[in-house]
Order: sequence, then structure tokens, then C-alpha cells
Amino acid sequence: MRRAVLRYTGAALLAAWVLFPMYLLTIGAFSVQSAIYHYPRDILPSLSWGTMRFFLDSQGVPTALGRSVIVAAITAAASAALGIPAGYALARYRFRGRDAYRVTIVSTRAFPVVVLSIPLAVFALQWGSYDTVWAVAFMHTALTLPFVVLISSSVLTAVPADLEEAAQVFGCSRPAAFARVTLPLAIPGLAAAGGFALLMSYNEVFAASVLTLERPTLPAFVLNALTSSPEPYKYAAAWLLMVPTFVFIFFIRRYILGVGRAR
Amino acid sequence: MADIVIRAVRKTFDRGRVTAVDSVDLTVADGELFVLLGPSGCGKTTLLRMIAGLEAADRGTIMIGDREVTTLPPRKRDLAMVFQNYAVFPHLTVEQNIAFGLRMKGDAGATEIKEKVRQAAELVDLGGLLGRRPAQLSGGQQQRVAVARALAVSPAVLLMDEPLSNLDALLRLKFRSDLKRIVHELGTTVIYVTHDQVEALSLADRMAVMREGRIVQAGPPLEVYDHPASTFVGGFLGSPPMNFLPVAIDGAVSPGPRSPDAACPDDGPRAMVGPRGDSFPAPEAMRGWCGRELLAGIRGENMDVLSERAPGAVAGKVLVVEPLGAQTLVTVASEDTEVKVLTAPGYTAPPGRDVWLRPAPDKVRWYDPDSGAELTSP
Ligand SMILES: Nc1ncnc2c1ncn2[C@@H]1O[C@H](COP(=O)(O)OP(=O)(O)OP(=O)(O)O)[C@@H](O)[C@H]1O
Ligand SMILES: [Mg+2]
Repeated sequence: MRRAVLRYTGAALLAAWVLFPMYLLTIGAFSVQSAIYHYPRDILPSLSWGTMRFFLDSQGVPTALGRSVIVAAITAAASAALGIPAGYALARYRFRGRDAYRVTIVSTRAFPVVVLSIPLAVFALQWGSYDTVWAVAFMHTALTLPFVVLISSSVLTAVPADLEEAAQVFGCSRPAAFARVTLPLAIPGLAAAGGFALLMSYNEVFAASVLTLERPTLPAFVLNALTSSPEPYKYAAAWLLMVPTFVFIFFIRRYILGVGRAR
Repeated sequence: MADIVIRAVRKTFDRGRVTAVDSVDLTVADGELFVLLGPSGCGKTTLLRMIAGLEAADRGTIMIGDREVTTLPPRKRDLAMVFQNYAVFPHLTVEQNIAFGLRMKGDAGATEIKEKVRQAAELVDLGGLLGRRPAQLSGGQQQRVAVARALAVSPAVLLMDEPLSNLDALLRLKFRSDLKRIVHELGTTVIYVTHDQVEALSLADRMAVMREGRIVQAGPPLEVYDHPASTFVGGFLGSPPMNFLPVAIDGAVSPGPRSPDAACPDDGPRAMVGPRGDSFPAPEAMRGWCGRELLAGIRGENMDVLSERAPGAVAGKVLVVEPLGAQTLVTVASEDTEVKVLTAPGYTAPPGRDVWLRPAPDKVRWYDPDSGAELTSP
């Protein structure tokens, strides 16, 4: 009993610690611009689209947002196309070096991308893809792929292999068995993996800054403009970058928590 | 048309550390209902999965009809399978599950599929549940969906892995006879795996008993039942299992071989049980084993329980009497052996009562005590 009380108090504090800034951000982004400079802050201010509209109408923001969406879509599609087959292999086959492969995938995330910034830029320049959505999407795919592989392998492990075998006995080829039986059962989890890639790309700022100059994605653009922009602009930008991710992660949390448990 | 010929098939797991199926040779005739029986872990499922193409054989060949299918994928083998753990598709309704194979074949129209699904569902009493999803079904109902899904495609070969294991006794009895009738009508070649020996005896045109990855005996069920080729088969097939009494031919009291010319009485060899000299007649063919110790295999229904000493009867004491309804199962201690005897339904006797067991001489089988193999002639 005591422990339960402690646990819930702790959880509530932790949630407040994360959610309160989020709340301030939200009322900052959706109140009239002048209210931001008002102190003390109204906890329940009158809402308005003004700040958000101001930000979205700013020079360069709509195109940057558009680029961000395009990059995120390419990233999600590419990492799903590459990551789901790899996840399938991890889920269904026992091959030599399978565990080592798994660890390698995770460990790529331990590699500091900062170290790569100059080689990355050089490569992009050499390939003539510098300052394009393709260069950014390529790098984002590299960053999100490990997560997509691991999430989809845990999602596909949860679909019994016998079902695929039954489908094969009843007339399906291997790909058809996957498409007709495994895919429908795994689709929520696989969609979560894709969405995760989408949002990681949407939020990624470092590689996007290194690989673009004239045509940045939204985070790179905002980072550049940050020092020279007014407070409401920052609130709106921060809200637009953080909150969708936050809400999405809330809905797909069980797939991500499942990754640790999968064998 | 679709006979199954399996030659020297072998399958190991874990890089050869576990041998699941060990050089199995098997021929199942077209339209035959063949039952594979064996204890848990003897390789029945693995053998079935190799026939289905879900597991690649390490060695050997599998033919279905005139085609060698050893390396063909499952869908090209024209067979259907009922999986031991059902494997019904959870995202499809019962109706869609049963229709799955027909849809994949693609040569039947929508109304024809509907009609076949209805028939198959009717067969396994699932008529009212067509719209449900597997999660809303009991284990036994899911198993019936798996059976209906396999029957619906009218395959040339039907593989069934313990398809009735999860049904209650009454349903099982009904489906057993229905199934036998249906597959014979359709002329389907069936390999049916079970570890229920009553099911094996009642269904099989022919059957095989497996042990540790090998087939130890194959034949018509009553032949296997009457003439178990080894003490393993006799002990596994039948309820109660076959009794094995240590005997010495012609009263060799001390263990070990004696010279064959040690006198067997002229009026025929006898099987001596224990030191008190109880014995029953052995066939003339056993004369060659005079002076040796053997096991006499006697089925429970092939012995009379007598309340007085009689020629050809062996003394014992009653341990337990269990009425089974149609018969009574009596457990008797004879020397150091527990013997299970089936007798008339009304039989009663208090524990400890002295009784005499008289085997029907022509029903006794003889086994080598070391190898467990049946002995027929010297
Ligand atoms: N995929 C596998 N990996 C390793 N060992 C396996 C595998 N499949 C089966 N085995 C082993 O092979 C042997 C035969 O298994 P199988 O499932 O064929 O037995 P079975 O006769 O069907 O048993 P049951 O009556 O319990 O279903 C067992 O010892 C089992 O542990
Ligand atoms: Mg099995």
C-alpha cells in the first residue's frame, strides 16, 4: 500500500515535470502574442490562433515545413522497405550470428553522429546531393533503420509462424502467406515502426543542419532563425516540433516498450 | 493416384544433436487411412511436416502420386493439413478460415465456395458459428475449424496431426466415425497422427507405431494388436497394455542358457512361471528355446481369472478390482509381476484373494527378454 502510494506520487511528479513545460508551451503557442510578455502568466489564457498563424506565415517556414514532411515521408518509406524485411529475418530465421547482428544494430545508435558531420557533408557534395531532401532523407534512414528493424522484429515475432505455414499449405507462396496472414496481423505494429521513423526524421536537427544550406528542413530552419526571432515565433516552432511527436509516442508506446522484451 | 512413398527420410535438429526422424520408410496406398501412433516426442509431427513440405528432410525422398515432392514448396503438393495447434487465422472469421484454401486455389466461384464451406462446417457441427472470429471460440471449436478448413479443399492427401485431441469424448466418438466415412467416400489418402491408441485401432486401414524417430511396426491395426513385434509395441498399444510374464521354457529354474537337448517333455514344451512350478503349455515352435528364459506376452482379455487351482493356470493375488462398465479390470500380482486382466463386468474379489490366471494358449506371444523382439521360431 505504502509502496503503491509512493510509486504513484513519483509517477505523478515525473509526469508533471514533463507535462508542465509542455502546457506552458501550448498556451504560449495558442494565445495572443502580447500575452507571452505578460507576467505573471495567466494559467488559463484566452486562446487564439494568432501566434501560430504568425509563425506559419513567416518567410521560409511553409517551404521548410513542406520539406520536413517530404523528408519524413521518404525516410519512413525507405526505412520500412529496408527494415521490415530485416526484422522479418530476425523474427523467423535462426541464423549464425543472429544475436551479434542484433547487438550491432543497437550499437550503431551509440555512435556519435557529430563525428560524422564533415565526412557526411563531403559525401553529399561529392554525390551532388548536398542541400537536397534526398541527402537528408538518406541520413535519416540510416538513423531510424535500427529502430525500425528492432520494432518490426518484435512485432513479427508476436505473429505465430504456424499461421504462415498453414497459409503455405493452403496454397500461398511465402510472400503471399506474409501478405495475407502475417501482414494483417502485424500491421498496427509495423505502422507504429514507420510512424516512429517519420517522427524521428521530422524532429531531427543535426544531420539536417549539416546537410542543407539554402533548403533546410523545419528544425534546421528554426535552429538558424532562433537567435534573431521573437518569443512567439519560438513558442509556435517548439510546439509544432514537439507535440505531434509526443502524442504519437503515447499511442504507439506498447510497441516500443515491446522491443526490450522480444527475444 | 495419390499414394505416398517415403524412402529413408531423416531429420535432425540443432545441428544434428537431436534426431527427430531417423531413416523412415513408409508407403501409404491411394485412398488409405493410415494412422501414425507413438509416444510424445517420437517424431510424428516432424514426419508429417516433412510430407507437407514445412520442414526439409536432411536425407531421403518423398513421393506423392507419381511426383517426387521432396523439395517442392507446400502449395505445390496438393495436400491439406490439420495442425496440432490448429493454426486458425485469428484475423478471419470461421467462414473465411474454412474458405481460405478454396479461395487460394481460385478455381471455384463465390457461390460454390459458400456451398463447400457450409458443407464442411456442417460436417464438424460449426454451422451456427460461421460469422465468429477464432478468439470467440473454445479450443475444441477452433480445432473443428482447422478440420473443416482442411476438408473443404478436398485434397488428394490429408495430413492430420491429432485433429480430435481437444474434443470431449462424445464429440470425438462421433467425429471419428464421420471422418472415417467421409474420407473413404472421397477416396482421400490420409495420414492421421495420434497418441490415442483406441483412435488408432478404430480408424486405421493400416497403422504404424513409431519410437524415437523410427517406425518399429507397420500393418493392419488388428494384426499389430494381435502380434506386437516387440515388447514396446505390445506395451504401448492396447488398454490395458500387454502383460509380460517372465517364464522359463520347461522349467529351467536357474537363469542363463541350458543345453538345447535338456529334455523338453515329449508331450510338448511348457512355460514355467516362478519356482512353484505353475506352468501353461507353449507351442511346439518354442521347443528350440528349451531351457531359456523368455517373456510371455499376454493381453488382458486373453486370460481367465479362476478361483481355484487348475491345469495351465498361474497363481497370483488380487491387488485391485476396477469396474469399467463393459468389463472389469483386475490387477493381480503373480510372482514379481503385476498382471492386468479384463474379465466379466460383475466380477468382484477382495484384495489379497488367491486367484489363478489361465492364458488362452494360442493367444500367447513370446519375446526375447534382452532385445524385446518377438520370437516366432528358433
Ligand atoms: N524445431 C525444432 N528444434 C529442435 N528440436 C525439435 C524441433 N521440432 C521437434 N524437435 C524435437 O524432435 C523430436 C520429435 O518432435 P515431434 O514434434 O515430431 O514429436 P511428436 O511425436 O509430434 O510429439 P507429440 O506427440 O508430443 O506431438 C522431439 O524430441 C522434439 O524435441
Ligand atoms: Mg506432435
